[in-house]
Amino acid sequence: MPLSDWMPLLADGAVITVKVAVLSAAVALTMSVIAGLGSISKHAFLRVTSKAYIQLFRAASLLVLLFWVYFALPFAGIELSKVMAAVLSIGLNIGAYGAEIVRSSIAAVSKGQHEASIALNLSPAQRMRKVIFPQAFARMLPSLGNLMIELLKSTSLIYFITLADLTYEAMIIRNNYYTWTPAIFALLLAAYFCLATLISISVRLLERSFTGWR
Amino acid sequence: MWNWSYAVEVVPALLRAFLMNAVAALTGFAFAAVIGLVIAVIGQSGSSPIKWAFRAIVEFIRNTPLLVQLFFLYYSLPMLTPFSLSAFMTGAIGIGIHYGTYLSEVYRSGIEAVPRGQWEAATALNLSRVHKWVRILLPQAIPPIIPIMGNYLIVILKETPTLSAITFVEVLLTAKNQASQSYRVFEPYTIAGILFLILSLLLSYAVARLEKRLNGRHT
Repeated sequence: MPLSDWMPLLADGAVITVKVAVLSAAVALTMSVIAGLGSISKHAFLRVTSKAYIQLFRAASLLVLLFWVYFALPFAGIELSKVMAAVLSIGLNIGAYGAEIVRSSIAAVSKGQHEASIALNLSPAQRMRKVIFPQAFARMLPSLGNLMIELLKSTSLIYFITLADLTYEAMIIRNNYYTWTPAIFALLLAAYFCLATLISISVRLLERSFTGWR
Repeated sequence: MWNWSYAVEVVPALLRAFLMNAVAALTGFAFAAVIGLVIAVIGQSGSSPIKWAFRAIVEFIRNTPLLVQLFFLYYSLPMLTPFSLSAFMTGAIGIGIHYGTYLSEVYRSGIEAVPRGQWEAATALNLSRVHKWVRILLPQAIPPIIPIMGNYLIVILKETPTLSAITFVEVLLTAKNQASQSYRVFEPYTIAGILFLILSLLLSYAVARLEKRLNGRHT
């Protein structure tokens, strides 16, 4: 296997994959918290927009969304770079799923905790920040970890808009080493598996540090 | 930006192509439902080395992208085996394997929710292993998980444009072809997106109603 020829290309691809994954994760987690809290807010406007966002972006097909953002939006006067288009599409789509996780984790914190923090005369913001959210966060972690693995897998779709990620680089290698096709794809699968394993290990370590007080 | 007459002109072609997405989703889901059940049953009742091997394979499939798995199946299988499948069949089997690993977890939760006494009673009645599964356990394990299965059908439907990567002509590829002929990009992609939104939302509404009815019956 001419690994020495492949490795530099795959390494370049891995950089793009990781870059898009990290940026998308930042968008996704931000949207998860905003829309998750928004969907249980007292303000009707916040609640309706959050719920509309969640419904709409969960029902969308990510690949069609990516095409639409990258190819169709410029005709509406919004031109984005490939990375921006990818990060926005993946981030907003995964964020809608994340918002549901945030919402249900907050709902799962026991009623007594809400009541106790009201009894202690904490303001609504303090209640959420100091009492409810930290407990909900510990509950969210396993599901959010799985969601981040889904996000990593979704980044392979950026191959379609010719961003030179792992998948795209593997296809280029395949053009030059056609007979090695099965080995190239096996290697590519292994590369994604390693990245996914990194995510699950980090989430598990986070979990340990957050649930230590239990 | 938006030209109504052109939009009306492309809708029929896009609808026909979208039907292919629906067919691919249903076929893929059928494969996934069968493969998931096999994984779940073997994972519950196989010997421990088989269980361990299955778990490792399932983990690997779940943690790698469907797109790459499709490429692997479509471009490598003909080189490794004497078989060469059409893009449609490769797509349906690829989806079946990928989502079968997800559905096996769903089946497992359904099987574990069946009270232990049912197992014990079936064993006490000296029923054969097959009889125990087919007549006692699965009929009780499957109805409560039907809504979750329905949600996976929606997930699979939204995943079908990925099949365009292995030359399966579905709605996204058709939209792309339309755009390259007419140089009008906005309408085809927007209509394709709207088709997915409409069908996903309709299906989720149906699943939610089904869930209400099932819960009403069980509790």
